[in-house]
Amino acid sequence: MAVETIIGAWVATGLTFFIFSFLYKDNPLFKLAENLYVGVSVGYTIVKTYDTVIVQLIWKPIVENGEWALLIPVAIGTLMLTRYVPKAAWLSRYAFAFIVGVGSGLAIPRTISSFILKQIEDTIRPLMILVPGDGVTFTWSLLNPASSLNTIIILIGVSSVLFYFFFSVEHTGPGKVVARTGILFLMIAFGAAFGYTVMARMSLLIGRLTDLIEFTDPSYGRPSLWLLGLTILILVVMARRSSSNPPEEQ
Amino acid sequence: MIFLRRQVPLLITLITGIVFAAQYYVPHPASEQMLTSVTKWLQIIGGFALVLGVSSLFHVHAIKIRRKEAGWGYSFVLYVSMLGTIAVGLWSNGKEAVDGTMTAFGWIYNFMMVPLQGTMFAILAFFIASAAYRSFRARSREAAVLLIAAVIVMMGRVPLGEYLIPLSGDISQWILNVLNASVRRAILIGVSLGTVALSIKIIFGMERSYLGGGKE
Repeated sequence: MAVETIIGAWVATGLTFFIFSFLYKDNPLFKLAENLYVGVSVGYTIVKTYDTVIVQLIWKPIVENGEWALLIPVAIGTLMLTRYVPKAAWLSRYAFAFIVGVGSGLAIPRTISSFILKQIEDTIRPLMILVPGDGVTFTWSLLNPASSLNTIIILIGVSSVLFYFFFSVEHTGPGKVVARTGILFLMIAFGAAFGYTVMARMSLLIGRLTDLIEFTDPSYGRPSLWLLGLTILILVVMARRSSSNPPEEQ
Repeated sequence: MIFLRRQVPLLITLITGIVFAAQYYVPHPASEQMLTSVTKWLQIIGGFALVLGVSSLFHVHAIKIRRKEAGWGYSFVLYVSMLGTIAVGLWSNGKEAVDGTMTAFGWIYNFMMVPLQGTMFAILAFFIASAAYRSFRARSREAAVLLIAAVIVMMGRVPLGEYLIPLSGDISQWILNVLNASVRRAILIGVSLGTVALSIKIIFGMERSYLGGGKE
């Protein structure tokens, strides 16, 4: 096995244990790994942005293809940096005005088309479905999201939730029933989102544990076992030291 | 001077806003080309915005190190890891692998970033479970509904859950595909209406907070 892979296994295992040590309590090992994570992530983003923006989008098109028009966004971007010069900071407004203007202009028609009209179209579907062999029929299957029964449920859900957030009308009488139906739909969706998130995190946890189990292999030098012991030892030493030197009361 | 500082930015927003809203309704190659170009322009300008964010991070930690504030050593670790990653990344030309061989930058990605990111999110599983244990009490009918939906979805996503409650997989799918989808759709419609309203206010200069405060 390559030396860099073995070193990588030791580093990855150590960092994993340092982060997991937070489950015991906040400690210097966790803070070390946490700051390392921020540093590496920011460094990675900077390098990737440099490669994508400076090299691929600016330097190569200008030098190789003579696309001099790209100097315009470079100039607009440079205006942003005038924020560091107090007297010229107002120039950065031109850059923000351009970004916000373009963003707003692009958003209006696309949002109306994709997120309003398309969503309404998918909500108000025909109740009767053409089933080959059976002709036009009402389908009762709950397991088929496109069934007639589910179409009615989705219509009730969308309408009641929208009504719940519509505060121009007082929620009394029949309106109260609709609003409470909306709350029930919302609670089910929040519960489902919570359950889904927990399971996604569990999946990540399983991934990390799988790596730790793999790194118990002798071909890596058993980093999982050695570093687990080392992490526990450091935590015990630090706990003893802090108990023998309790913080002075103010 | 107020015209240059206040009116010109509003004019830029108005013109670009109207032009790019109208672009959607002009199915001409020149219009499509304009959209492609401005998308590239926004990416380039976004790169400069990153400079602002990173320099702010540099500044905050530099002050901590200079004043030797509590925990300045961690700021030093952040600095070293960030500069180290940048140096290695530039040396590797921003590539994680060349001809199938992992570069030093790829090593940092595979053996530092991925484990750190994965573990950081994985420990949230414990905290979410612990928070749920403390706060999930079926005190009202709504809370009970939320709790039951969460349990069914969790059971339906793992083989053990389906083994214990055979129908949990199907019910979980139904909750996600029908009930959850209808709520997401309603929220999406509401948020989109808000987005359109805000965009119109920005284009016509009724919303100006993006220009920041300070002197006119």
